[in-house]
Amino acid sequence: MNLRSASRTLARTAWQAVPTVIGVILLNFVLMQWIPGDAADVVAAESGSATAESMAQLRSHFGLDLPVLHQLAAYLNNLVHFSLGTSPRYNMPVVSLIGARLGNTLLLMVTALAFALAIGIAVGTVMAIRVGRWQDRTLSVLALLLYSTPGFWLGLMAIVLFSVHLGWLPTGGSESIGAGYTGWTHVVDVARHLVLPALAMSGFYIAIFSRLTRAAMLEVTRQDFVRTAEAKGLHPWTVNLRHVLRNALIPVTTVAGMHFGTLLGGAVVVETVFSWPGLGRLAFDSVAGRDYTVLLGVLLMSSLLVIVANMLVDLLHAWLDPRIQVR
Amino acid sequence: MSTPFPLDTAIAPPAPAPVVARRAQAPVAKAPEAVKAAVDAKPLSSRHAALRAFLRNPAAMAGVVLLVFMLVLALFAPLLYPGDPLDMVAPPLLWPGQDAAYPLGSDSLGRDVIAGIAHGARVSLAVGVVAATLSLLIGVLVGATAGYFGGRIDDVLVRITELFQTMPSFLFVIVVVAIGQPSVPVIVFAIGLASWPVIARLVRAEFRALRETEFVLAARSQGFGHARIIFQEILPNALPPVIVTTSVLVASAILIESALSFLGMGDPNAVSWGSMIGQGRELLRTAWFLTALPGAAIVLTVLALNLVGDGLNDAFNPRLRGR
Repeated sequence: MNLRSASRTLARTAWQAVPTVIGVILLNFVLMQWIPGDAADVVAAESGSATAESMAQLRSHFGLDLPVLHQLAAYLNNLVHFSLGTSPRYNMPVVSLIGARLGNTLLLMVTALAFALAIGIAVGTVMAIRVGRWQDRTLSVLALLLYSTPGFWLGLMAIVLFSVHLGWLPTGGSESIGAGYTGWTHVVDVARHLVLPALAMSGFYIAIFSRLTRAAMLEVTRQDFVRTAEAKGLHPWTVNLRHVLRNALIPVTTVAGMHFGTLLGGAVVVETVFSWPGLGRLAFDSVAGRDYTVLLGVLLMSSLLVIVANMLVDLLHAWLDPRIQVR
Repeated sequence: MSTPFPLDTAIAPPAPAPVVARRAQAPVAKAPEAVKAAVDAKPLSSRHAALRAFLRNPAAMAGVVLLVFMLVLALFAPLLYPGDPLDMVAPPLLWPGQDAAYPLGSDSLGRDVIAGIAHGARVSLAVGVVAATLSLLIGVLVGATAGYFGGRIDDVLVRITELFQTMPSFLFVIVVVAIGQPSVPVIVFAIGLASWPVIARLVRAEFRALRETEFVLAARSQGFGHARIIFQEILPNALPPVIVTTSVLVASAILIESALSFLGMGDPNAVSWGSMIGQGRELLRTAWFLTALPGAAIVLTVLALNLVGDGLNDAFNPRLRGR
């Protein structure tokens, strides 16, 4: 795929995402209106004392006494200037709070997704090639079991086994605090902290991708071009990997994109289990501190992240199957 | 959450045959009874075949048995383990098997673990079923309206569905529960509100495929109203994939509820499997069974629902049977 068609695909998907972005912003604003109490209450509670006059002054300072439409305009104006408001709890702009955590969450998610895709596609391929035999049946049962296991519980059990009993891997955090590692040792240290949370998060998706790969490969196997490839005398491995698997990957990537949001949601719980300093932990801490500005900022940012991920999947599709055109 | 057969939805439904040709042979002249019989006959017999296939599937039957066991446990929990499961009744931190009176041990406050699991089954299953019903209602209404009417209405509803699919649903549930109160009704509402898009998409696809079929044309030609055609003619025929997805919906609602109460955002007045895991987590190093046992209960229940879902899927899609 050349650069020009790539940018055309990107422009098209970006255009299609516009209504969704507007919807997410509006819904976020509506949720904000539903919150019991407002920023003035929060500030008053933080300072410990407030009179009715000072509360009214605070409200007019934050623009909370304005009609709803004016507040919406102010909110949109803030968004245009990349501002999601200020967290009363941390006394920091929400954008910089999120920015500080985003990298960690993305690292965790990308690793988990990579684990899930690699293991899931491999297992699914084995199941499809061995369909109906004992390998297929055993792996199917295992996949269904993984599909039914909550990620946070998987993580806790992994801590019991690998950290407490075997002592192989650390129980939490994103690096050894105070160790002051640099360079390669730092990378290894972070990777060691990354393994368990990423595996806990990927369990459910390993199950999904393996089942999907199996079904998609069985679907593709019956098509004419596969018979042609076999008739040409290609090696079974070449047929399976180059012809069947490549075509089976299209539904797999679609579903991977669809589940990006679920993965982000799962990050909240897994990050809490492993005290991983990411967006999910930030969301959870802001619930505990009733810090709604941060909470809604995280919701908005992660929705935008999902939209970006879906655009990337569209791009990937155009590369996997050039026939997929403007719809 | 995913549907158990994402492939089937990914593949476009068979394109309806040219409408003009069909309209010519639409059975207007036939007596209404005959039309009605023709409408009902086919789906009914295929549904019997599906039921038979389901009953012959050992994995699905294992799921049913497991599910019935959990239901019985939930229903009879107040009889089997009377009293508040949050009461301290035993010496603290008994290991499973250590005391025959408390077969699954006790936690750090001396609460009976097996009583907690039995009472937790009530919360988990109730939340799962009611939340799934709520999202089923929203999903069917949105999907049926969008698929049946099409056009501008369809565009708007599809946009709204996409919006709810874009937001990470678990984060959305957290936000709604944080804004409301951590009580069972709010949690059910939040989960139901977050998980209807799957159903809406499914129902919309079915309605789009079915609205041009002969039996719908026959119903139209008899002058039935939109509501009657939607709910009495098309919906019963669109149900099989919805029924299959419902079990997955219940399973995912149970998983969401457990994650929520694990984080301490569940109903503080009710024992649930998630909250038991959350409390057991503090003693993970020494008394890991406090975390393991309620988790195993979640896995078994969700597994049962998924087995049933897979069995229904195989039964309703004979094309895929025997794979």
